[in-house]
Amino acid sequence: MRTVSAAETAPTLHPWAVHAEGLRVRAGRHMAVDGLNLALGTGVHGLLGPNGAGKTTLMRSLATVLKPAGGRLELLGEQVDTRADLRRVRRGLGYLPQQFGFYPRFTVREFVEYMAWLKEMPKQAVPGATQRAIERVGLAAKADARMKTLSGGMLRRAGIAQAIVNDPAVLLLDEPTVGLDPEQRLDFRELLRDLGTDSCVLVSTHLVEDVVAACTDVVIVNEGRLVFQGTPAELTSQGTDGDPGDSPAERGYSALLRRHRAGTR
Amino acid sequence: MTTHPSPAVLGRYADRDADLAEVTIWSVELHLETCADCRAALTTSGDDLLARIATGLDTAIATGPASAPRRRWLVALHRWFVWASLPWLTVSLAMLGCAVLIQWMLPGFPKLVLLLAPVAPLPAVAGAWTRRFDPSWELLAGTPAAGLTMLLRRTAAALAVIVPALTLAGFQTGTPLAMGLLPCLAFTAATIALGAFVGVRRAAAGLGAAWTLAVITPTVLTTHLPAVLQPGTAPVWALMTVALAGLAATRAGHLHRLISTS
Repeated sequence: MRTVSAAETAPTLHPWAVHAEGLRVRAGRHMAVDGLNLALGTGVHGLLGPNGAGKTTLMRSLATVLKPAGGRLELLGEQVDTRADLRRVRRGLGYLPQQFGFYPRFTVREFVEYMAWLKEMPKQAVPGATQRAIERVGLAAKADARMKTLSGGMLRRAGIAQAIVNDPAVLLLDEPTVGLDPEQRLDFRELLRDLGTDSCVLVSTHLVEDVVAACTDVVIVNEGRLVFQGTPAELTSQGTDGDPGDSPAERGYSALLRRHRAGTR
Repeated sequence: MTTHPSPAVLGRYADRDADLAEVTIWSVELHLETCADCRAALTTSGDDLLARIATGLDTAIATGPASAPRRRWLVALHRWFVWASLPWLTVSLAMLGCAVLIQWMLPGFPKLVLLLAPVAPLPAVAGAWTRRFDPSWELLAGTPAAGLTMLLRRTAAALAVIVPALTLAGFQTGTPLAMGLLPCLAFTAATIALGAFVGVRRAAAGLGAAWTLAVITPTVLTTHLPAVLQPGTAPVWALMTVALAGLAATRAGHLHRLISTS
């Protein structure tokens, strides 16, 4: 039994877990996110967009890795575009980068425990939380294998395990399904639905069917701007039979992008 | 204080199957909240539930799978030392080694170890805090631990290698210890303080270039030890170290994103 601190029982005072207004973020010299307005609450949000649309840059700025060049960005009710102390916000974040380096001699368990330590979790909570995170991604059998012996899909799942180890209120997953086989993808969708019940999950992907199957909300960006935000059903209703794509959702996606490109040109 | 309930009532309260009036349950609970003796009586009067649970747990732990092996040294090492700075540490150590060699060959030359002491830790400090050298920077940069504390921890690990090497080199060449170590610490503090404004790597490069141009080059040309490195200046270096370390501490907010600028 443990004492519940006042901070844990305090009601949330922010309407959105993630709130960006006119957000601008630079990637090198290029303004990859340029005036993006976004408000995300609890649930699973699928982030779609063509290559170079600014998805990864947006993810990085939401993970407080990149500093916004302009606009406002609030995470969990705290402003993060200033020089404010980011530690409190970061304790509530989970982030899986598109590519992540790791120390090859670490085992999966050591890697996740090391990340839990970096996330400043209470010392006595770390071993249990690590085991739980590894079991949730289905990697328990490989928990004591070295990171360098893992396959691409297993590495991805180890990355997801480190992202969820601190039970984050905002979870950012950049292309988590790359390298997963079809069965693992189904398990992953199940995990996403589970995570999305009480936290804000943003999943960047290229697979429209993943979004339709597992997300409560779809966000489409192109050239650093928001194109569309709505439910998967609304996305599906955007397409007509004349649009390219093999499923109604794909047709909706390509119709929206085509309309956006025509509008900005 | 209410009157103590009789052992019979307590026994019926503890027994799940016994029937006890709700009002009696309330009064017993109210009393138990304030009376330690009755609470103790309650735990011993009923069946030995706690003891059974304890033995059950003990056997489950003994017969269950063994706990995962832990390599604490490896984890501790990664908390302090970043492998990416190993090449830069080697550069520093090689520089000091060359300085000692030259000192042996040219005894009349101003003490090179003294000249190199301030810039010796700079490559390692820069290596400890640069995105492109650390494969896991993107994971680290988004964690609450990233910041001044992590930079200080990594810098301390680098200094733990540099300072003994510097002491040894100074001892070999007969250099006063304070004049070897104090400028080294002052420049480390200056790198961190300046790094909060322009980025640690840029700060290290700038300070290294400035020292080379302003002090090392003239000394090599004139073969006279410059005034800033005369033994009498030790208190000034010590003061500078403290002042710069204080400045670095006030700029902690600038170092949250692994690079400090942009």
